[in-house]
Amino acid sequence: MSSDIEAFDKRLSVDQIIGHLRDGMTIGIGGWATRRKPMALIRAIARSNLKDLTIVSYGGPDVGMLAAAGKLKKLVFAFVSLDHYPLEPHFRNARQAGSLEILELDEGLVHWGLRAAAMRLPFLPTRVGYGTDLVKQAELSKRVVSPFEDAEELIAMPALKLDVALLHVHRSDQRGNVLTLSPDPFFDELFARAAGATFVTAEQIVPTAELNIAVNSRYNLIERALVTGVAEAKLGAHPTSAAPDYQLDLKHLKTYVESAASPEAWAAYRASFIDVPDAAYVEAVGGADAITALPRAVY
Amino acid sequence: MEYSLAELLIAAAAESWRDDGEIMGTGIGPLPRIAVSLAKLTLNPKLATTDGECWYTTEPLPVGARVDQVAEIEGWSNYDRVFSGLWGGKRHAMVAPVQIDRFGQSNISVIGDHQKPKAAMLGARGFPGNSIHHKNSFFFPQHTTRSFVSGEVDYVCSAGWNPARFPGGKYPHGMALGIIVTELAVLDFGGADHAIRVVSLHPGVTFEQVQDNTGFPLEKPEAIPTTPAPSAEQLALIAQLDPKGVRKTVIKGDPPGIRG
Repeated sequence: MSSDIEAFDKRLSVDQIIGHLRDGMTIGIGGWATRRKPMALIRAIARSNLKDLTIVSYGGPDVGMLAAAGKLKKLVFAFVSLDHYPLEPHFRNARQAGSLEILELDEGLVHWGLRAAAMRLPFLPTRVGYGTDLVKQAELSKRVVSPFEDAEELIAMPALKLDVALLHVHRSDQRGNVLTLSPDPFFDELFARAAGATFVTAEQIVPTAELNIAVNSRYNLIERALVTGVAEAKLGAHPTSAAPDYQLDLKHLKTYVESAASPEAWAAYRASFIDVPDAAYVEAVGGADAITALPRAVY
Repeated sequence: MEYSLAELLIAAAAESWRDDGEIMGTGIGPLPRIAVSLAKLTLNPKLATTDGECWYTTEPLPVGARVDQVAEIEGWSNYDRVFSGLWGGKRHAMVAPVQIDRFGQSNISVIGDHQKPKAAMLGARGFPGNSIHHKNSFFFPQHTTRSFVSGEVDYVCSAGWNPARFPGGKYPHGMALGIIVTELAVLDFGGADHAIRVVSLHPGVTFEQVQDNTGFPLEKPEAIPTTPAPSAEQLALIAQLDPKGVRKTVIKGDPPGIRG
């Protein structure tokens, strides 16, 4: 093998990834609600000086934490939920304060907007939104007429172009060949394709041979050309799940929910779990052995 | 035979999937989830049901059970596939919104103003797409004028029979509303121009009581039957599908099915 190929290395630290982000960016976050959210990156954004972000997400504690940390200008979403705590308390606080710009979509419309961006199309036609209040939003006010005999009038779902996508995966090599081993891949592929740059955190960075791609090809959601940088972040999805490596931490989720009760409660949560190095975080939430032993949650 | 109100509602809700054939059946919330499982065991064995995460199971999964402990997995229901399937129409969901109006439009997003809500809830989730692609039924454990609102719901998340909201007043092919199961009655959209009407009253409930708790006029058929009591077989299956008794926590005080 040529030494140039061997030297090809996209490894970064979590903080180096944050260094690629800028104020005002539109950032897509992979995972779904309480599953496989890149929380090590989210905590690092919460610690940073970044501001005025637009977030596109199938939302969970990623959205709530960034809202509580004052990082959000705008949210593009279909829901924000902690599944076992259906209502995300920090998201609710931000919404009810009226300070957040929003584009409220259907789950499938988020998919459709990301797909349009992935295909470098300005929009994709859909009926989703008809009959509802979603179409009162300016972004969903444009219509297209089918050029075929049916002449149906359809809603133009605009492309959701992302500056950056942030994903959490299970394994990666140093070149950004990744494996997402969880039972549901969600829409991480589309987030990556809709983005100008994709940064991933991985539970483990391993030699390429250990990915065993020939066997694991179905878990290889995207080609490495899409991945700009990869950081190893063991337990980087906690408190959300990264099954099969570890499950949702309901106990910590409760602690997180309670942190929305008052500014003091949030400050205490920040001090214990956000404004600390990653190693201290893992100890503060019970240690790696306890997290990897968590039982599977019931949905 | 004694039965609880929750068990009566489960048996009534199960009826909604009777004639659906081989589609995905989804019940959101504990009682609709037990109901779709009961429907699969008694009324429509072809129904495909999931663990609520991403697996179809051969037998319906009891409430609170983990798929790896008790069930045989028969298929994959990852979200991408669920979206693709529902756009094709092969699904019937029973959902539990916060508000519904006379058109059958429902809301799970906000109470009050959309930009600065009095109460922010989930967001529209999949309701907009679901509502125009496949059949939807509804479950309300509290039938009041706060849930059955006058005018329109605060934020229309799922489409209803409201022609003013569709181009040319034409409804998309595949749009269908099934039944509404509440702690007072079973209702449907079989009235004039899809008006909501009372299909059956639960034991001890009067039409006037249902009307008084509804923010819009209900159609009153000449004769309204009483919602059938669950059978002994249904009660036994419900107990198997909910071994931990989650159904007892849904309606305050877990009252009996026959009101005293």
